[in-house]
Amino acid sequence: MAFAYTEKVMDHFINPRNVGEIDNPDGVGEVGNAKCGDIMKVFLRVEEGILTDVKFKTFGCASAIATSSMATEMIKGKPIAEALALTNKAVAEALDGLPPVKMHCSVLAEDAVKMAIKNYYDTHGINYDAALFAGLEEEDDHGDLIMED
Amino acid sequence: MRVYFDNAATTPVSETAKKAMLRILEDVPGNPSSLHTFGQEAARELALAREKCALALGCTPKEIYFTSGGSEADNQAIRSGAYAGAKKGKHRLISTAIEHHAVLHTLDALKAEGFEVVLLPVDPDSGIISLQDLENALTPDTAFVTIMLANNEIGSIQPVKEAAAICKKHGVPIHTDAVQAVGHIAVNVKDLGVDALSLSGHKFHGPKGVGVLYAKTGFPLTPLIQGGTQERNRRAGTENIPGIVGMAAAIEEAVGEIENEMPHICAMRDRIIHELSALDKCRLNGDPVLRLPNNVNFCFEGLEGESLLLLLDAKGIAASSGSACTSGSLDPSHVLLALGLPHEIAHGSLRITLSRYTTEEEVDYLLEVLPPIVAQLREMSPVW
Repeated sequence: MAFAYTEKVMDHFINPRNVGEIDNPDGVGEVGNAKCGDIMKVFLRVEEGILTDVKFKTFGCASAIATSSMATEMIKGKPIAEALALTNKAVAEALDGLPPVKMHCSVLAEDAVKMAIKNYYDTHGINYDAALFAGLEEEDDHGDLIMED
Repeated sequence: MRVYFDNAATTPVSETAKKAMLRILEDVPGNPSSLHTFGQEAARELALAREKCALALGCTPKEIYFTSGGSEADNQAIRSGAYAGAKKGKHRLISTAIEHHAVLHTLDALKAEGFEVVLLPVDPDSGIISLQDLENALTPDTAFVTIMLANNEIGSIQPVKEAAAICKKHGVPIHTDAVQAVGHIAVNVKDLGVDALSLSGHKFHGPKGVGVLYAKTGFPLTPLIQGGTQERNRRAGTENIPGIVGMAAAIEEAVGEIENEMPHICAMRDRIIHELSALDKCRLNGDPVLRLPNNVNFCFEGLEGESLLLLLDAKGIAASSGSACTSGSLDPSHVLLALGLPHEIAHGSLRITLSRYTTEEEVDYLLEVLPPIVAQLREMSPVW
């Protein structure tokens, strides 16, 4: 298999933004599994409904790291409602595209953000519409998203 | 600094091979099948190249068949062996779990045609088969055996000579994929006792797109390509004379220099292995001694191989990984999985392969650059 990453993917991979952890975070979300080769963990600081700080830790390939970096950049400083509207497609587009076999990495980034927000709601006793997070738990095996080549 | 540590993928063409090829491109335009002088000049070059390859492998020129490379040679040897066995009513094919896909996919295709395929496991530490397993797998129904001489990923060297002796006792022909071995370790087909062997020109500083299938006199070769009498009716198509002559020059040079070059390459390999072994939570894949002189393969826990590869590339270092992301599937390398490594460990593999052109300065640079990259990736990993 041979493919080329865009300059933006390489930039976010080599100089990832928001790497690290937040002490006593308001929300944490982890998705993926090591067996498949990628795990993303997102940490949130929430102040008055705004994501004032976002950090991540990722085990995975270049596109997994780049999508983590881009996704956290896109939601940092934004209201939760806006972060919840983040789609994997938007993350991939912000990186000027991902190779088809790597699109699952962007799904992982979207899911990690949603898991972290759900965790924030759950741990802070905030009511929410469960439909917002439907299907999140079963996304571990993202094999169906991989293109045959 | 730009450093090439991916010589198991391919090697740069040597000056000797390049000159030999240029001479053909400039001065020998003929087709060896033509009767005129132009043709006969080309035929002489072809014959000379065949002699050089035969000399390098310890066989007769008539036992050398030129192919488009190692994959074609593997395909032809295995299909030939399988079909010859089938004519005698034998349908079992024996190989190993760590073969190159040129072998494994051919076996898969033959399985679909009704053959039974048995893949021998390898020892988790050494990556080497057990001869007892081979002995046990050899039934009266066995048509053919194929066991690689040296593994392309982890460099482990299989006991092919001993395996061939066992096969001979059972009257079963054996082929070896020696693509990674020729030009790196001593390979003599008579000494090994194999019936067929594959090699590829570009693994020992020859050109790409050309290889050899050695088939012992009497081994019945089935043509994969029809359409002419070239290669004694076993492989149709006008011969790739520049490639063949370049490969012959490269094999003569590489085999002739093994004793001079390999101790130094082995020393650099062992230095890399020694220094990387000092890093936390990593493991050397393959046997430390029974391995190719130019192969280093490590798994680093807590990180993923593609990231490692690309960060090294950003520093000018070309290496390779068996992670899923670099293989284009969800699964990491079948070779690493055959060692019994869990997926999450196998994802963090790195292969570094040296050549005669590798310098101590390049090794210094690798050893300076790699550990901080490993630390950096682990630093951002949630599983470290």
